Amino acid sequence: MTRTVFTALLSHWRRNPLQLFTLLAGLALATALWSGVQAINAEARASYGAAAATLGEGQFNQLVSDTGGPIPQSTYIALRRAGWQVSPVLEGRINGQRLVGLDPLTAPGGLGPVTLGEGAELDAFLGGAGQVFGTPATLEALSGIEAELILSPDVAPATALTDIGVAQRLLQREGEVDRLIVAQIQPVGRPALDDIAPGLSRQVAQGGSDIGRLTDSFHLNLTAFGLLSFAVGIFIVNGAIGLAFEQRRPVIRTLRALGVPLRRLMVLIAAELLVLSLVAGTIGVALGYVIAALLLPDVAATLRGLYGADVAGTLQLRASWWVTGMCVAVGGTLLAASGAFLALARMPLLAAGQARAMAVAAGQTARVQAGVACALLLLSLILGFTADGLVGGFVFLGAMLVGASLALPLILDHVLRFGQRLSKRATSQWFWADTRQQLPGLSLALMALLLAMAANVGVSTMVSSFRLTFVAFLDQRLSAELYVSTEDAAQTATFLNYAEGKVNAILPIRSVEIAVRDLPTELFAGRDHSTYRDNWVMLDASAAPWDDVHSGESIMINEQLSRRADLNIGDVVQVQARAYSVSGIYGDYGNPIGQALIAEGEFDALFPNVDTTRFGLRLPQNEVSDFVAAMERDINLPASATINQANIKAFSLSIFDRTFTVTGALNVLTLAVAGFAILMSLLTLATMRVPQLAPVWAVGMTRQRIGRLELARAVLLAALTSLLALPLGLMLAWALLAIVNVAAFGWKLPMFLFAFEYLKLFGFGLLAALLAALWPSYRLARTPPSDLLKVFANER
Amino acid sequence: MLLSARGITKTFDTADGPFQVLRGVDLTLEAGETLALTGESGSGKSTLLHLIGGLDTPDAGEILIDDLDIAQMDDTARAALRCGAVSVVFQQFNLIPSLTVADNIAFQARLSGRHDAHWAAELADQMGLAPQLRKYPEQLSGGQQQRVAIARALAPKPKLVLADEPTGNLDEATATSVLDLMLELVADTGAGLLMVTHSDRLAARMSRRVHLARGQIA
Amino acid sequence: MNAKVLLFLLLPTSLFAQGFAGLGLTADGFSTPAPNYDFTFPEDHGPHPDYRIEWWYLTANMTSTDGTEYGLQWTLFRTALAPEAGEGWSAPQLWLGHAAVTTTDDHFTSERFARGGIGQAGVTADPFEAWIDDWTLSGDWSDLRMTASGAEFAYDITMTAEGPLIFHGQDGYSVKSAEGQASYYYSQPFLSLDGTLTLPEGDVAVAGQAWIDREWSSQPLSDNQTGWDWFSLSFDTGDKLMGFRLRQTEGSYYTSATWISADGTTESFADGAFDAQPLNKYQSPGAQVPTQWRVTLPERDVDITVEAINPNAWMPLSVPYWEGPIRIEGSHQGRGYLEMTGYE
Repeated sequence: MTRTVFTALLSHWRRNPLQLFTLLAGLALATALWSGVQAINAEARASYGAAAATLGEGQFNQLVSDTGGPIPQSTYIALRRAGWQVSPVLEGRINGQRLVGLDPLTAPGGLGPVTLGEGAELDAFLGGAGQVFGTPATLEALSGIEAELILSPDVAPATALTDIGVAQRLLQREGEVDRLIVAQIQPVGRPALDDIAPGLSRQVAQGGSDIGRLTDSFHLNLTAFGLLSFAVGIFIVNGAIGLAFEQRRPVIRTLRALGVPLRRLMVLIAAELLVLSLVAGTIGVALGYVIAALLLPDVAATLRGLYGADVAGTLQLRASWWVTGMCVAVGGTLLAASGAFLALARMPLLAAGQARAMAVAAGQTARVQAGVACALLLLSLILGFTADGLVGGFVFLGAMLVGASLALPLILDHVLRFGQRLSKRATSQWFWADTRQQLPGLSLALMALLLAMAANVGVSTMVSSFRLTFVAFLDQRLSAELYVSTEDAAQTATFLNYAEGKVNAILPIRSVEIAVRDLPTELFAGRDHSTYRDNWVMLDASAAPWDDVHSGESIMINEQLSRRADLNIGDVVQVQARAYSVSGIYGDYGNPIGQALIAEGEFDALFPNVDTTRFGLRLPQNEVSDFVAAMERDINLPASATINQANIKAFSLSIFDRTFTVTGALNVLTLAVAGFAILMSLLTLATMRVPQLAPVWAVGMTRQRIGRLELARAVLLAALTSLLALPLGLMLAWALLAIVNVAAFGWKLPMFLFAFEYLKLFGFGLLAALLAALWPSYRLARTPPSDLLKVFANER
Repeated sequence: MLLSARGITKTFDTADGPFQVLRGVDLTLEAGETLALTGESGSGKSTLLHLIGGLDTPDAGEILIDDLDIAQMDDTARAALRCGAVSVVFQQFNLIPSLTVADNIAFQARLSGRHDAHWAAELADQMGLAPQLRKYPEQLSGGQQQRVAIARALAPKPKLVLADEPTGNLDEATATSVLDLMLELVADTGAGLLMVTHSDRLAARMSRRVHLARGQIA
Repeated sequence: MNAKVLLFLLLPTSLFAQGFAGLGLTADGFSTPAPNYDFTFPEDHGPHPDYRIEWWYLTANMTSTDGTEYGLQWTLFRTALAPEAGEGWSAPQLWLGHAAVTTTDDHFTSERFARGGIGQAGVTADPFEAWIDDWTLSGDWSDLRMTASGAEFAYDITMTAEGPLIFHGQDGYSVKSAEGQASYYYSQPFLSLDGTLTLPEGDVAVAGQAWIDREWSSQPLSDNQTGWDWFSLSFDTGDKLMGFRLRQTEGSYYTSATWISADGTTESFADGAFDAQPLNKYQSPGAQVPTQWRVTLPERDVDITVEAINPNAWMPLSVPYWEGPIRIEGSHQGRGYLEMTGYE
């Protein structure tokens, strides 16, 4: 029996290949967007994870030198001999790659070259010429160094791992380490740090990698896209399954009338859906891989440029990713089919065959829906005023989006009723009334469109606001026209001698890593110059912040440090023995860690050992290239040691353009998915439309006219939905910028509006609806008169 | 006794309140007997047929088919009955549009595991469907479709054939020839036939006739 | 797999490792023990970098003033990647320290790793000091001091020698298998001790007896040997007995023993004279191990049962094994230490 019934069920698809295609394509598309975005996120996170695991920055406390310099190896030995369980790390750059030296014997578990697996020659790693582990790209850059190069895909991009002894030799830094990782378990009775190594201070673990936290804002965009496009995809699948069930209602009735038990029928239909979802899931995950592979280079470039995060530009196939992709496809299908399934289970045998409109919302259902929508919107309103923190922000977003989606059909119904009341002519009255009648069948697809449009508005606003803020911020902070780095004290002296008098100002840039309230902070020396006074924008400041700083009494801090350490104007920050009061808080977008600035004289007194090797030069922009050439000629300072401010800005802008490529591609894809949902819904409705349209045709409206009105109806509904999506999308953007961003990254971004962008999106929304409605209305317009006549003939 | 129904009542909820369609109907049918069930529209004759076919359950009363009370059976058992011992021929044919004529004829017999290729071929032959076997239902005329439905109903060699206005959708000439074929084949298999019709002319062709009015056998 | 664990499994450290094919068969330029070695001191208290592995292994049985029994372990292993001392990070000498304190209810352990050549760990012969991180064992072997610490314990112990060094096997040449694998092996079993244990419940003053084993080799085990059971027994009469059995893949085992009279005279017993039979199987935290044994040496009328003071004395370290203090009953009474390796 099973085979016979199964054959009958499957024969439906053989006779309706287009329907099979739409079901598979819808599901595959939803899975593809979801898993593509997940793949990008997973790849980037794996890269950060590898970096964090390599360097232990996230999990472990660290000891660093107070003066910012290296730590003598003898200090390391002294700490060990005092019982401190610490492990040395040495870092440097060779050929642009970050070379990290570790001691595998003392490094806390899980650190180090994790792939030092079977067959690895430990004596080769620990001694002799040594071994260097890295990705293919890293190893290629390092070819020629004196060590064995070992391929290891798990090492972070642009990073090479080796034994600390080998690192000391390759970096020519024998007897030095840069920092010490503090193991989590320490023996009892250990002496205080100051008694053993007074020049070191402890940096508290950051609980997750800095890069990971910073770039979360970017991934948040992607995840929001992925999730919403999946939601949209589920609407499509729901539509496709609804159509298939609708068309097979008579067959299902016949099967039951011929003696197939309901339970077996349900099991077989579930099995059929499972098979279809597995097929679609496989296609979807593969498609997602293609999407991810196409977008990843842009994502990687964005992340590297914006945040300095190294992400591999190529995608790895991860088993977990396949599994979740398939689960999402199957789970999504079941979710989408649950409604149709319940209807099938409850359907009385004899009523099953009657063709009836799809789930026309009964009055009571509509009232419940309105109640839930109102409650959710009210909740989001309250949260909008009170929520802070990530969870609050996301609950706010969820309540708002779901509430708005549920409210959509009701709002549209009222708008249409209003239109109906205004219209006088018979045709237009019928048009409005008929559109209202179509609303229940289309509402799921319209909700999908609403979510897709809102997501696009929201994410575009967020990304564009970020861009404007960041570019303005670059203008403030990169105010010198030219930046020069020198290699050593001699070159510094030569350079200063040469440049003195040739440029308007020379501003030394000096910094040291310190801990402020246990948070890693970069402390800068600030010279009293108009460049700073004129350009830096304060979020909060005392009456005369720069005067306070240069009096030697005050310190300025960035927003991140202010929020994380809860420091406000007037609070005291301790730097070694000196205490400074906070005189200014400035915006510092894109910086993962705290930053602070004190007067140059104060800095010199506290950190006499920090060399000055970087300078900002003020000179007319049009003299920059000549000056660079002259320096190369006269004092042999290569152009590679200089950075032209214009170049940095151009680079930053190009990075944002890459970001927009990604955002734009996802915009188009989500809208395409929403359009697909509309197409599916219209196709579903089309089977029920003929009986509804036949009387109109019979009383004298041409089929062409009916087709055109069908098209107009879809565009009208899409336009109304898109209009409602605009405020929703702006609320989404506001929540992302003002709530989620602050909680996740420590800075608040101002929100800007982009009217032209929204207009364009609106156009895209209409276009998607138009394209989706084209084929169904064409088909309606071409319905043979005989089919229309049959409606009357068949009526019982 | 092939079929024995006693005291059957059935009430439907309608917009105007509950409506008692059947008010204690008694009915019997012997093997090999053909019985016409006539009545006005809304007299409850289709409802009675559906109850006997196990497509619906009565509010009260018993329906014994081969001494088994189908009113007490669960859905699965009644479904098993439908694909084997009892066959229903509908006014709307209810063919499976995605299967060929041949597959449609064999379908119900396959469900019950009683498929007999010779018998199916003979049925198709006798019904004059041999040239149509590879076609799909939508490619057939109404009379041909109903002949497929009758062949499908007879393929499992049921003991009881229930027919609900089997010729209601056919013109008179076609209706007559389809009914002839059906009576001939039912007689061949020795099954009992219960046919709902509102046509006196068709009812006259049956061995016995009962009339249903206001929910009771008149 | 953790690189550290791998390190000590892949490298020939492996009196502990179980039956790696080929292990100990070739010595790769390392020296191998030979009979009739002429020990010289204090030099031989120091390291022998041309041998593959070496250890300084101290166990002690102690009681507090209220009579509570304790055991402790202090061990420093040396393993060489190449037969040379070396300097700096590239020195091919690696060090591994194990320390433990056992009470009747608890068993505290700690482990340390270090590279040779940078000063984090090592041994000097004159003056004698063995150290890894903050753990030390130092002194002139008449008087010694020992410290160690872990997350939950620490100890600081002084010891005085009350008898001579003891040489096992054939004047310190200790054969480990029928195929002739051997090590240099001497002990100082006559140490009396005083000191303080720092435990979660507070400091405890203890006194008792300690026993140091010194052993080095390059090919310690035959490739069919899977683990060993090692006993150091101090009888109330003042006599002592060291005995071990090396278990072999086919179920047989190889035994060796040294009888140490109270006056320091010794007698070595070849394979078969000493015997130890497990009497139970106990599910310790890491593996099923026998924590009760019948131990016999008929030549010396020894027929005793030994039982762990705390059967949960499992060492859950990169190389896991069981090591803990034991009580002796039967023909002789006393205290001792038991080590069992190669149980999974």
